[in-house]
Amino acid sequence: MWYLDTLPKGNYAIIDRVEERTAADPISARLCELGFVPGESVKIVATGPVGADPIAVTLGTSRFALRKGEAARIVLRRPV
Amino acid sequence: MASPTPSLQADSTLHIALVGNPNCGKTSLFNQLTGSRQKVANYAGVTVERKEGFFSTPQGRSIRVLDLPGAYSLSSTSPDEDVTRDVCLGRHRTETRPQLLIGVVSATNLRLHLRFLLELRELGVPIIVALNMMDEAKRNGMSIDIAGLERDLGMPIIPVISLHKQGVQPLLEALDRPVPPPPAPSPSGADLHAEVRRLIQTYVTDRSAGQERLVDRLDRWFLHPVWGPVILLVVLFVMFQTVFAWAQPLMDALEGGITMLGELLLRPLPDGVLKSLLADGVIAGAGMVIVFLPQILILFLWILALEESGYLPRAAFLLDRLMALAGLSGRSFIPLLSSFACAIPGIMAARTIQNPRDRLVTILIAPLMTCSARLPVYTLLIGAFIPHKTVLGVLGLQGLVLFALYAVAIVSGVIAARIMTRGVKSEEHPLLLELPPYRRPNLKSLALGLWQRAVMFLSRVGTIIVSLNVLLWGLSSFPLPPQGATGAAIDYSLAGRIGHLMLTIFAPIGFNWQICVSLIPGLVAREVAVSALATVYALGVSEDAAPEKLLPLLSSQWSIATALSLLAWYVYAPQCISTLAVMRRETRSMKIVLGATAYLFGLAYFAAFVVFHLTKAITGEA
Repeated sequence: MWYLDTLPKGNYAIIDRVEERTAADPISARLCELGFVPGESVKIVATGPVGADPIAVTLGTSRFALRKGEAARIVLRRPV
Repeated sequence: MASPTPSLQADSTLHIALVGNPNCGKTSLFNQLTGSRQKVANYAGVTVERKEGFFSTPQGRSIRVLDLPGAYSLSSTSPDEDVTRDVCLGRHRTETRPQLLIGVVSATNLRLHLRFLLELRELGVPIIVALNMMDEAKRNGMSIDIAGLERDLGMPIIPVISLHKQGVQPLLEALDRPVPPPPAPSPSGADLHAEVRRLIQTYVTDRSAGQERLVDRLDRWFLHPVWGPVILLVVLFVMFQTVFAWAQPLMDALEGGITMLGELLLRPLPDGVLKSLLADGVIAGAGMVIVFLPQILILFLWILALEESGYLPRAAFLLDRLMALAGLSGRSFIPLLSSFACAIPGIMAARTIQNPRDRLVTILIAPLMTCSARLPVYTLLIGAFIPHKTVLGVLGLQGLVLFALYAVAIVSGVIAARIMTRGVKSEEHPLLLELPPYRRPNLKSLALGLWQRAVMFLSRVGTIIVSLNVLLWGLSSFPLPPQGATGAAIDYSLAGRIGHLMLTIFAPIGFNWQICVSLIPGLVAREVAVSALATVYALGVSEDAAPEKLLPLLSSQWSIATALSLLAWYVYAPQCISTLAVMRRETRSMKIVLGATAYLFGLAYFAAFVVFHLTKAITGEA
């Protein structure tokens, strides 16, 4: 299993799915609404100054800052 | 006869609402449409800002527009989004459902914004789409088949550029045409993401894909693990330098001007109660309100500019880890830092924190950040009781104590925040922060934003401060001292009596009655306590000379334990009515204000008690 919080900076990957940590996880739901859905490609553009947390992710034309715990809900696959 | 059209009804004003994602340019569109004809207030019962404006179309149709809070979806996660959802669904308690929605989408971020638009399409309300930032999208090498997209969506699309007046002209003209019929909803169960992808593939050509944009180049510096924090430090340094350096002369001038004006106005009056009420109650209170204004405006000029430029979310990104220590997010940093100047602008700056829990905790710990008004008290007591000597060769003991007072306050703030952020709401609390593209701040928006802050502060907070000041004046002046009295006038007043009564509570932490009495006028503003002490000791000196005269007196009359105890008290005590007034205004809850007052006084008492008895034990005083 390969998650967004372990994607090295500068590399692209494709979102495979978003996992739920709890039943009806509100964070997973919000991630989906923000466009973190299967098939989209993501890239890490920056990491925070302390402990490389949070991370800045580009997703299509938007970019978001996620804490690692949030990013760890997003399962990735390699781009083809 | 045909059924009456809306224009024939009694209320011919068309009610519309702007809806869209955060960062779609909704607010600048709102500002362009309405100019200064806006009313800013709060939605009933919540601390969400309600912005309503009025304008008329070229053909004279009058329109009332609501600028709904930015939302990512109708399945809300915050009080802001609740308001947007309820108004759109026609479920809001006090707002009527708008007759027409303007769905604002940014052409530069269609992938995100179209999804929310598709959600709005399900509502069965007429929608006009304002396709914003077309100029920027074109510059980025994007072209959009607007006619095709319009047909596919079943909603009229009007390209707008919300940065200037001409840019919103097409929308004004569209509002002169009859309200379009509500769009047909998408087939139920449709995957909105797939639908967005299809729309973009069909109608949008993006020649910029894969090219480096401005945002990439800037983020490489601003979010850099080393350069990012360095740039942030420089920005913050310049920011607070200007807050202090630019505001101070303005504040001094205003203070002088008000005093002069007061003397000029009151000269014809005979000395007596009325003159004293007007001078020390009303004019001094109003002066105190106005004196805060330069600091608030300069700080807000910065905050608004940083917010509009897109830098503020980056600062929050850089500081997130640091603030997570206190259980907060990076957004709380600037309000807390501002509170070192004064908690009032700090608490007002907490508006930029979207998360309601973070906002509340930030407001509650802001008074613990040592504001500049505590310095006169600290300086007086340190000067009187801490020996002027060096320790460890280089460090001055007095400076060390001052530093310790600041450090203790910060550490207490962090601990208090940690305690408040755990417990019931201990579930994971997300950052999920959008980093919008960088934009040049719009002067008109900045000016409007500053104007609104100024009006809000003067009218809402100002009235509370002036009335409380008058009340405290009354307490400190009545009853008048009897004929031939020798002591200080305040000693005979209600405040004096209360001060003596307070002694039973405050004696265990080492306060004498003079301190207790001076605490009451000190509620007006912390630094007033110094001149109040001078009054109580019947020094009869001007405010400026008070510290020099007090210094030897205090060091001979007070024990060191009492002095340190008072210092500890000042680190925590909410000795400032203006702060409580602004807290009341921003949280709209007396319960929160009373809770904050109780916890801060509790901490103050506890700290003073511990310090007093520890010092006594160490110095071996009776």
